[in-house]
Amino acid sequence: MSAPDHLLVLAAEGGEVDPVELFLPPFYDWFWSAILLVLIAVVFYRVVLPKFQAVLDERSELIEGGIAKAQHAQEAADKALEEQQALLAEARSDAARTREEAREEGKAIVAELRAKANEEAARITETAHRQIEAERQAAAVALRAEVGALATELASKIVGESLADSARQSRVVDRFLDDLEATQAAGAGASTGKEG
Amino acid sequence: MTPLLLAAEGEGGFHVPSISEFFPAAILFGGTPFEFNRLHLIRILATIALLTIFVLAARRAKVVPGRFQAAIELVLGFVRKNIVEEVMGVERGRRYLPMITTIFVTILAFNLTGVIPGLNLAGTSVAGVAILLALWVFVAYWAAGIRKHGFFGYLRNTMFPPGIPAPIYVILAPIELLQILIIRPASLVIRLTANMVAGHIMLVLCFAATHFLLLEAGPELKVLSALTLAGGLAITLFEVFVAGLQAYIFAILASAYINMSLEEEH
Repeated sequence: MSAPDHLLVLAAEGGEVDPVELFLPPFYDWFWSAILLVLIAVVFYRVVLPKFQAVLDERSELIEGGIAKAQHAQEAADKALEEQQALLAEARSDAARTREEAREEGKAIVAELRAKANEEAARITETAHRQIEAERQAAAVALRAEVGALATELASKIVGESLADSARQSRVVDRFLDDLEATQAAGAGASTGKEG
Repeated sequence: MTPLLLAAEGEGGFHVPSISEFFPAAILFGGTPFEFNRLHLIRILATIALLTIFVLAARRAKVVPGRFQAAIELVLGFVRKNIVEEVMGVERGRRYLPMITTIFVTILAFNLTGVIPGLNLAGTSVAGVAILLALWVFVAYWAAGIRKHGFFGYLRNTMFPPGIPAPIYVILAPIELLQILIIRPASLVIRLTANMVAGHIMLVLCFAATHFLLLEAGPELKVLSALTLAGGLAITLFEVFVAGLQAYIFAILASAYINMSLEEEH
């Protein structure tokens, strides 16, 4: 017996079935299969897969959104830090500049004040010198007039009666005036030397 | 084969697996073109179970998945990443993802009825479902090729691949034409159906032998029933694996066929 015969025997046991029908089934098998397959396909195309696709999309969107959000926050933080540092640097340079300006201004003020003070001092000294000179001259004039009168009066009182002889009298007065003049010249010379 | 045959002929107590098991007696409309039998009832139950699970999961789908949703997403993610995107790439795969997903889950559900107690017959063990799915794939890759290259462009691309010495085309061109016309869809159908038929026959053989050896054979043979039972258990687990494997192979080949049609012109 060959193998196909065996199969035929086996098949014959349960009824008349050609094994080829397994692979080329009768119409009814196609018919019922088609109904079920269309049903399954419609449900999967219309309900199951779109729903799961939507869920997957939503999930990945959520994840991507989270990542994007974090990235955005990081960027904002970086930017804020940068701005802050820029502001800080600006403030520092401002402060340095202000300090420098103040120092310059202070120097200028001090220099100006010093110049003014020197000028004032020079002026005061000048005035004082001039006043002293004027007073000295006035004193010299007054002293000369007064000393002449006092001396004449004192001399006439001392010598009064003994000077009867008019010639002698004239000689004495001349000598006295000569002496007086010499003394005065010497005094004036000494006072000028001291001043210089 | 001979002991089997002997058992079948000699002792009525040993149930021999046969092709007729895949064509049970009609439940409804017997003899009409719309005959409805146990196999179709099994397919309906599988369909109801499949749709219930996935529609329920879809209804309850949230951005943060629970266990049930995570399990369903594992299956869908497997089809998307390991089959469609792996073969076609993300961009091209998006268009065919629903199709491949439907094919994968349908075949998986119909395959698994073969190991579910009480059903014990794979919905794909008669070729109706496989043929329709293969036809869908056939239409999809032809449509993809014609849309991309035009009818003759698609034929030329397929039958006359470049870089081959001209005389070889005498052999190659008819083979390639046969490929896209018959061999691809037929191989999809035969591979799936034959696997399921073979799995069912092995299971029936193991469990029928266990039944026979334990209850009807002589005492010295009863011990062997433990062996056949263990074999049945192993084959059941193996069939669960095959159910997934065949669904995977069908889906990945469908993706590959469509992708071949979409390859750039050479």
